[in-house]
Amino acid sequence: MVIVLFCCKSKTPETVQSDSKNESFEPAYGDTLIEGTIGEPSILIPMLAGDSASHSVAGLIFNGLVKYDTDLSVIGDLAESWDISPDGLVITFHLRKGVKWTDGVEFTADDVMFGYQTIINEKTPTAYQEDYRQVKKAEVLDKYTFRAAYEKPFAPALTSWGNLVIIPKHLLEGKDITKTNFGRNPVGLGPYGLTKWTSGQELLLESNKDYFEGRPYIDRYVYRIIPDPATMFLELQAGGIDMMALTPIQYTKQTENIYFRNNFQKFRYPTFAYTHMAFNLKHPFFKDKRVRQAIAYAIDKSEIVDVVLFGLGSPATGPYVPNTWPYNPNVKKYEYNPEKAKQLLKEAGWEDTDGDGILDKNGMPFKFTIRTNMGNNLRKNTATIIQWKLGKIGIKVEIEALEWSTFVNEFIDKRRFEAVILGWSIGLDPDQYDIWHSSKTREKEFNFVSYNNPEVDELLEKGRRTFKIEERKKAYFRIQEILADELPYIFLYVPDATPIVHARFKGIKPSPIGISYNLYKWYVPKKIQKHRMEQ
Amino acid sequence: MIPTLFGITLISFFIIHLAPGKPTDILADFNPKITPEARERLEKMYNLDKPIIVQYVLWLKKIVKFDFGESFSSDRRPVMQKIWDKNQPLLDRRLFITFMLNFISMMIILIIAIPIGVTSATHQNSLYDKISTTTVFIGFAIPSFWLALLLMMLFSIHLGWFPISGLKSMNYDSLSLLGKILDRISHLILPVFIMSFTGLAGDSRYMRSSMLEVIRQDYVTVARAKGLSEKIVIYKHALRNALLPIITLLGLSIPGLIGGSVILETIFGIPGMGQLLFMSVMTRDYPMVMGILTISAILTLMGNLLADIGYMVADPRIRAK
Repeated sequence: MVIVLFCCKSKTPETVQSDSKNESFEPAYGDTLIEGTIGEPSILIPMLAGDSASHSVAGLIFNGLVKYDTDLSVIGDLAESWDISPDGLVITFHLRKGVKWTDGVEFTADDVMFGYQTIINEKTPTAYQEDYRQVKKAEVLDKYTFRAAYEKPFAPALTSWGNLVIIPKHLLEGKDITKTNFGRNPVGLGPYGLTKWTSGQELLLESNKDYFEGRPYIDRYVYRIIPDPATMFLELQAGGIDMMALTPIQYTKQTENIYFRNNFQKFRYPTFAYTHMAFNLKHPFFKDKRVRQAIAYAIDKSEIVDVVLFGLGSPATGPYVPNTWPYNPNVKKYEYNPEKAKQLLKEAGWEDTDGDGILDKNGMPFKFTIRTNMGNNLRKNTATIIQWKLGKIGIKVEIEALEWSTFVNEFIDKRRFEAVILGWSIGLDPDQYDIWHSSKTREKEFNFVSYNNPEVDELLEKGRRTFKIEERKKAYFRIQEILADELPYIFLYVPDATPIVHARFKGIKPSPIGISYNLYKWYVPKKIQKHRMEQ
Repeated sequence: MIPTLFGITLISFFIIHLAPGKPTDILADFNPKITPEARERLEKMYNLDKPIIVQYVLWLKKIVKFDFGESFSSDRRPVMQKIWDKNQPLLDRRLFITFMLNFISMMIILIIAIPIGVTSATHQNSLYDKISTTTVFIGFAIPSFWLALLLMMLFSIHLGWFPISGLKSMNYDSLSLLGKILDRISHLILPVFIMSFTGLAGDSRYMRSSMLEVIRQDYVTVARAKGLSEKIVIYKHALRNALLPIITLLGLSIPGLIGGSVILETIFGIPGMGQLLFMSVMTRDYPMVMGILTISAILTLMGNLLADIGYMVADPRIRAK
């Protein structure tokens, strides 16, 4: 055991910048990256973790068999290559040789098998079992070959072999995974390893010198917990943290000054998420497709993006993110057109017959409530704009913001809503069976709008049963056309992620999957390193 | 005291369970990969499928053995370990941090509030009385989170005197003993100042009114008539009697301080019990919330007991009975 004493010298941010202007950059080892976070990770075993903070730290400690490349194609990670049988039922992974856990033991197919068995074990409190239950038979062919056989071809299967199932067998075999302290003191094989966890304050990670893709340049990574977002922004300004996620107002206004321009670099890319207004399709108002289309015509999506997100997002046209392969740009779009909206409503029988400014039909005024969760101002502001726009065409809207659990348990689950504003985070795989398939409408399932379209059902089935990208693309393109026409949701916007990183960090290559994917290749040129380590 | 404690836990338990949502929601809500069966399985693991009264009895059974159970958050550590982690130095244990923060603030409040109260009573309706009254009420009325952000901007960003948040600096481990002490103190100055400033009003106003009452008593007039100096009259004869209600007030102020530290610990990123309570309530971590509430209840009851004892020490008349 080598005991290293650290001594950190801090330079002021100003000198950092003036140095860097006339330097040519060369990657160098050293320095510390401090990221600010609101939530504290709870456990660093990916299969047991439910919160994003845990996953983001565990992601630096554990790798998967496969991962997404920057263009969203699947590439090998711990697996060097893989074969998929022609019928799509069997996936055989060929693992990299010589990869070691940080305690020196070699990583083998037995570890994958052990991880698989743990995740499907009834006693493991995991939320990620579903994909692995589809496996009919898993087997270890030899030390470096792992095979999973499926009942039916299942496209999301390949990418399910990410870091959820990679745990060291030699340390956890025969132990109750919920009872060990492995989750707070993990041994991994990723670019970083945990050295110290001070509850409520920070997690300190040190680079894995033997990382199989090469030693990371930045020696230390600190995940600092600051529960209050305003405090966090002040810490960024004071140099207490190097990296955080900005809110739209921070991105467009508060960081637009000389100090931030000189000392920080901002990034912007679409998130894998979208915000939508969902209709209860069982509600008499919204059964009629023309009414939903009319509402779409009455809403100006780009106005919402400009006002609510300060322009940091893009209007959504379907449940996929623009510029990714499943995204179909040629679907029906609803340009802002209140006249057309009124006309469609008239066709559907809604007219203002009593002259009170509100449309009515058979004596019933067109009034409904948009519900959303409390604490999300973006959604609430969106609702306010929609309320105003719909008011203009004679639809009266109330807004109600509810505490999350109440909202989900009492309104969504019991289907006691007319329209809601919600968001979906979407996985990198385009399979959205659980959201749109007509069999998924029971309580707690995710087709809460009760959408039912046999063609979409069939296409969803088709899309997840083939590995051929061209065929999947065809299915998902058609689904988007249908959804854009039938509008079970009004797809509102895809917000942008807006992280900020201190200017001394180089080697950051923004991509559709964000910036952190190549963290191990970031570096700080020797001359401008802030936290020096001396031994 | 024991029946009171029992009552407190019973009410807290039911109220926290009345709040909609379950600890499993964070794992399961809007996660398309979870099936209703998987959700039921998770709920079963936490005994959440049982009637609430059964859950309470299960909890109570453990509590009598001082076992607060395990946290429902995915780390599943024992509640007691999260509040009082024996692997950490005393200074870094959550309960100690919160206790220390509150104790220091309370001392400062006393040191400042009592003189303010006494002097504004003796100078009733003077300009000084009006200014001090206005000042303590500003402290009382100002939202602490807002004041916290303003002070952070002034002292930490513009002047750079104090660190913004946390309990110690990144390089804490490499500091000398003196450096470590100074580091901790510099992190505590802003939160302690805010806690004290916002808490001055209660004690100083009580002190003022109780003093006003006392100096109108006959024995004060007698003391003055004896020719004692005003100083001795006020600080020896009147003050001792006027202090009595403050002792009771101290015992009662403990829950308020703990409540206040939930907000301040969250804003300043101080890893105390209040911050833990905030996070646990947000994730419906029932055992954790119950553990912290029970400990706070015990502290409050102990505070009341100490106040009673203090009363006896201070006032011979009560002792005699």
